[in-house]
Amino acid sequence: MKYLLLILIGTFVIQSCTYQAEEEQATTPSIPVVNFDELEPLLHHDNDTTYIINFWATWCKPCVTELPDFEKVAEFYNDQKVTLILVSLDFPKQVESHVAPFIAEHNVKSEVILLFDTKANVWIDKVSPEWSGSLPATLVYNKNFRKFHEGSYSYEELKSIVELNKL
Amino acid sequence: MKKAITFIFTLMLGTVVLAGGLKVGDKATAFSLKDVEGNMISLSDYEDAKGVILIFTCNACPYAIAYQERIVELDKKFKDQGYPVVAINPNDPEVQAGDSYEAMRIRSHEAGFTFPYLFDEGQEVYPAYGATRTPHVFVLENADDDFVVRYIGAIDDNYSDASAVEESYLDDAVNSLLAGHEVKIETTKAVGCSIKTK
Repeated sequence: MKYLLLILIGTFVIQSCTYQAEEEQATTPSIPVVNFDELEPLLHHDNDTTYIINFWATWCKPCVTELPDFEKVAEFYNDQKVTLILVSLDFPKQVESHVAPFIAEHNVKSEVILLFDTKANVWIDKVSPEWSGSLPATLVYNKNFRKFHEGSYSYEELKSIVELNKL
Repeated sequence: MKKAITFIFTLMLGTVVLAGGLKVGDKATAFSLKDVEGNMISLSDYEDAKGVILIFTCNACPYAIAYQERIVELDKKFKDQGYPVVAINPNDPEVQAGDSYEAMRIRSHEAGFTFPYLFDEGQEVYPAYGATRTPHVFVLENADDDFVVRYIGAIDDNYSDASAVEESYLDDAVNSLLAGHEVKIETTKAVGCSIKTK
């Protein structure tokens, strides 16, 4: 009887733990926060996909303006090997208050990652030596092609770069 | 391989030249701009200073806001030693309403700016320097009546937390100049807001 009670208590504890873990998972933001070492592999895939890596932030006006065009380009190529990744440089403490609501409100479908790495003097050059650090900035690349641009892209500009260089 | 390296190097050099603006060692471009009190402030007003910490910054950019207090502290620290801060807002207020001349005046008072906050009306000064973002710092040394660029880049290596700074680039550069030494790290990069222009 004693053992049975122990087992019962044990099961209960395990169950409540599992329940808690699930609950935490549900409230954890879906936007991963990474440092540059964690982000860097995404800038160097060696496969048949063409990647559009857009560096942006919710507070960056020209970024927010060009974002729908980027999504439209990604949408246009959704049956081809073209992937848009939105790398947010918002402050990490604003993931919940700014970034997540922005994504929901603007119905952003592409993958969003938040880069938080204060050693910008080191990692900006690793994205591109051409980048001074201002936003927005975009890297379009695949295994045969690489183009970095500091500043905005229009729908037509971005689409033509992808169209001419996709595999 | 050697050819490839030479090619890449030439390409990079080309980019730097094409990007325009000033490099470390160049003579600083003279300017005369209106501060928030309506006075015209010129670089030549500082001929008695050892140098000037010129910072392109603005009201609206979160990175600029994050550095606001640190800029005031830098001015307090270095003004008496001969390196005052001069801040310039390079943005076109028609593109970024929060950076209007009136908003600058309010910010300067609210944030207790101890330095002149100038408006780059007509946006001719920032391209001459090659500033691309806010904040963007240029340390100018007064050398025989010419102001010479000695440092270009970031204030430090942590925009989000002043207490977690590991490298105080700007502070180090000015301290080196005050000590009569060469600046060790002459250029740095940082994330910032693009300068707003039509």
